[in-house]
Amino acid sequence: MTLRRTSATARRVLRQLRHDPRTVGLILAVPAVLMGLLAWVLHGRDGNFDQFGPPLLGIFPLIVMFLVTSVATLRERTSGTLERLLTTPLAKADFVMGYALAFGLAAVVQALVVSGLSFGLYGLHVAGSAWLVVVVAVVDALLGTALGLSLSALASTEFQAVQFMPAFILPQLLLCGIIVPRAQLPAPLHWLSDILPMTYAVGATQQLSTSATVTSEFLLDIGVVTAFVVAALLLGATTLRRRTP
Amino acid sequence: MRVDHLRVVRGGRAVIDDVSFIVLPGTLVGLLGPSGCGKTTLMRSLVGTQVVAGGVVELLGEPAGTPALRSQVGYVTQEPSVYADLTVSENLRYFASVLGMPSGAVERVIGNVGLGRHTDSIVGSLSGGEQARVSLATALLGSPRLLVLDEPTVGLDPLLRRDLWALFASLAAEGTTIMVSSHVMDEAERCQRLLLMRDGRILADDSPEALLSRTGSADIESAFIALIEASPT
Repeated sequence: MTLRRTSATARRVLRQLRHDPRTVGLILAVPAVLMGLLAWVLHGRDGNFDQFGPPLLGIFPLIVMFLVTSVATLRERTSGTLERLLTTPLAKADFVMGYALAFGLAAVVQALVVSGLSFGLYGLHVAGSAWLVVVVAVVDALLGTALGLSLSALASTEFQAVQFMPAFILPQLLLCGIIVPRAQLPAPLHWLSDILPMTYAVGATQQLSTSATVTSEFLLDIGVVTAFVVAALLLGATTLRRRTP
Repeated sequence: MRVDHLRVVRGGRAVIDDVSFIVLPGTLVGLLGPSGCGKTTLMRSLVGTQVVAGGVVELLGEPAGTPALRSQVGYVTQEPSVYADLTVSENLRYFASVLGMPSGAVERVIGNVGLGRHTDSIVGSLSGGEQARVSLATALLGSPRLLVLDEPTVGLDPLLRRDLWALFASLAAEGTTIMVSSHVMDEAERCQRLLLMRDGRILADDSPEALLSRTGSADIESAFIALIEASPT
């Protein structure tokens, strides 16, 4: 892995995004519009937006980036560009990190837009720092990118790739503690939720909602999500094959 | 380039069956045969992207696909494998920085394939032949010692085809080993050496002149037919 090849890959991915302004618009607008809709739906219900807003502020970007990355990676596989790249000195880690950097940058902009609107316009309040909410949203979006990179190896068509979203993301949404607090889940589901990354992503925002200071639970949660990001990127690099049947 | 008893199995079927040959540096080799005879699989084995079932593939003295070869081998797939949503120069600049080539290399290869007018066009908006030339230009970037080109002249203008064959010949004269596949037999005469393939086997391995005189044929197409009819099946 070299800095030159990784950054060249990241710049190339960003250039592709620049040629596709509608996708950039959707990346930035979809989470922002969804949060506005959520604020409106929960309008006048005391404290509900402050309860559901912060976790979803992380989950919406996660879903968007998961889909974008899955499709982008699948396109590299089907167009033959990935096979060509793997006949060059490019390391697998250059490819994976290039995508992570490019989409990570997109995630920062996305998080700033959606957080700015949520706190400034939609009237979201948290007990802790709003900037830490932005950090969690970026890490969540990176988690979406990392999962998209590694799971797209399992898909051989676009039809399969888009269905990985409901298959891998929606179960986590059901188990992460937003719908039913995790403590009230049946024991097997509680154990299952213990090993799913979204549980910790939501846990981190719940800490920020209720606590004015940075708690050790928050640090643990954000640490676990970061570990999942690293693990998924490593898995993504190992699922790239230079030789195929 | 040394291939010894190569065997590739795909979908339970031997697509390459006991193929052996040696190519000396600086040779322009034509790989000819009908669609589905195993040309692409053989080329993928050479560049190290194909899982092989047995045999040896060595390039420049190293086993195919080893890291040391990745900057020395240029490969062009049949389908243009470049980014359709980037411009010609954005594509080439990316691959140049992956290969560690200076930006001068980009202008050189754009000139090589005659795409000077389309430098800032989005690749997806170009014709099929133009896209194929972008893909070819990408392979020329690193000044590789070995070029593996899968049907690079399909659907091109006759003048352009002539220019590309002249480019291949001049690269070979400078010492680059080039393997070009084609199913168009009349392109064969521009090669120094021909490998005729059918059903995963090498039917003939000779110079075009020797092939013609051996079979008593007027052109490569008839020589190919004569060889098929003479071979035990």
